[in-house]
Amino acid sequence: MSDYLVRHAQVFLSSVGQLVRSPGSSLLTVLAIGITLALPTLLYLLVENVQNVTRTWQGRAQISVFLQLDTTNEAARALQDVLAARPEIESSRLITAQQALEEFKNQSGFGAAMDILSDNPLPASILLHLKTGHDQPELIENLVRELEANPEVDLAQWDMAWIKRLHIILRLVQRSVLILAALLVLAVIIIISNTIRLAIMNRRDEIEIMKLIGATDSFIRRPFLYGGVLQGLLGALCAGAIVSACVGLLQDPIGELVSLYHGDFSTTGLDPRSFFTLLLAGSALGWLAARAAVGRYLGQIEPA
Amino acid sequence: MIRFAQVTKRYESGHEALKSVSFVLDRQEMAFLIGRSGAGKSTLLKLITRVEKTTRGQLIVNDKNITRLSSRQIPFLRREIGVVFQDHKLLYDQTVFDNVALPLVVAGIGHREASRRVRAALDKVDLLNKERLYPIMLSGGEQQRVGIARAVVNRPVVLLADEPTGNLDPQLSDEIMDIFHQFNEFGVTVLIATHEHRHIDRLRKRVLELEQGRLIRGGEGMED
Repeated sequence: MSDYLVRHAQVFLSSVGQLVRSPGSSLLTVLAIGITLALPTLLYLLVENVQNVTRTWQGRAQISVFLQLDTTNEAARALQDVLAARPEIESSRLITAQQALEEFKNQSGFGAAMDILSDNPLPASILLHLKTGHDQPELIENLVRELEANPEVDLAQWDMAWIKRLHIILRLVQRSVLILAALLVLAVIIIISNTIRLAIMNRRDEIEIMKLIGATDSFIRRPFLYGGVLQGLLGALCAGAIVSACVGLLQDPIGELVSLYHGDFSTTGLDPRSFFTLLLAGSALGWLAARAAVGRYLGQIEPA
Repeated sequence: MIRFAQVTKRYESGHEALKSVSFVLDRQEMAFLIGRSGAGKSTLLKLITRVEKTTRGQLIVNDKNITRLSSRQIPFLRREIGVVFQDHKLLYDQTVFDNVALPLVVAGIGHREASRRVRAALDKVDLLNKERLYPIMLSGGEQQRVGIARAVVNRPVVLLADEPTGNLDPQLSDEIMDIFHQFNEFGVTVLIATHEHRHIDRLRKRVLELEQGRLIRGGEGMED
């Protein structure tokens, strides 16, 4: 067993050696893989961050429930109690018809005009703040419909319909990222399998000789598989560096922009888990690509 | 050790390189395989290492019927057979030591044991002082000796050579043949394809002669 490990270690080191011996082309390949892997990673981060932003916005999601004009203050208060008891409601505030009129007079500047009216034309209303977790557009719409079924309620209004649109746009972006990622992953596989193919062709004579002196196919395959994994891994490391650099460059302007609206959002970069996933994905792609190239081209080389 | 029983080899082109060849080479025997170029000498050797597959007949090497060998088993057959090539087939980006060690690395033999065996093999071909050089720095005769060291390092029971002295002057050629002769005396079965009749007269070993794919001398039921 330890012999087996030692042999694998030797092959792995010789793969490293192969890369080091041709640093120019190895570097270019690794860079190409890095850039190709960096693109979907950056897009993934973009989607993550936008989702974070909308999450903080939806924390503020509120529904205005306007009551019928003839609702008494007592009935309104009773309804507020009923609504406040619902599980999805964080807090509620009752604005009576009188309060609404006061507010309107103060804010609109039409105070004198309102005095002419004998009756208060404004309805009482209840402001509902939703708990996080109950703020997806579908749930909110259901709630709005339920509220409007109440006989005292004239109109329930959810003033953030545009969040729904944003959600749909996000879903679209997410899917586009997925498609793009699939294409780029394919590109990485093609890049790596091509370099492995070239490596196999360059070492054609050596492979023939190895076969002549009794090397098994798996023995011959091994250094190429390690080479593929190594390229994928280094490419992923390179992608990680590119992504970190990009996030670093964008952090300040984004922070400034965000602070213009509300300051409780910070950009998320590549956390350790995502970084590890990236490395794992790179290595796996390298292995897959090498496997494909080896399966296709190694069999063609037979001593004659 | 090697038994050909009515072995025929027809290439895909339709060319029949060997026609119903039968002979037995006993354990520890040494024989020369002669014939004009194109007579089928190389084909015969390639059948023994399963570089080529027999079309008809049975071929037994080291008690194994290799006409029925699966491709998985071929590497293990080749580890029992040492082969020396006319063009050496060395790896020119690796040292003499690494070239000779290759069959041992391939067979998964530990580093310490491998070094010991490589030095022993290099000692036998008198190249111990050149183990750190690259093949390109050696003369043709020396390169061929590296090839021989590589062929014997795994202690094969059979040693095959295809025109091993093809590019060498008579004196070097004799030296190479003497090395093969020594291995034979250590108990290795040796079969050498050559066109140099000088060695046959000098070493007085059995001769197998091919003519247009037929064995016309040294075969089963034939007089020498």
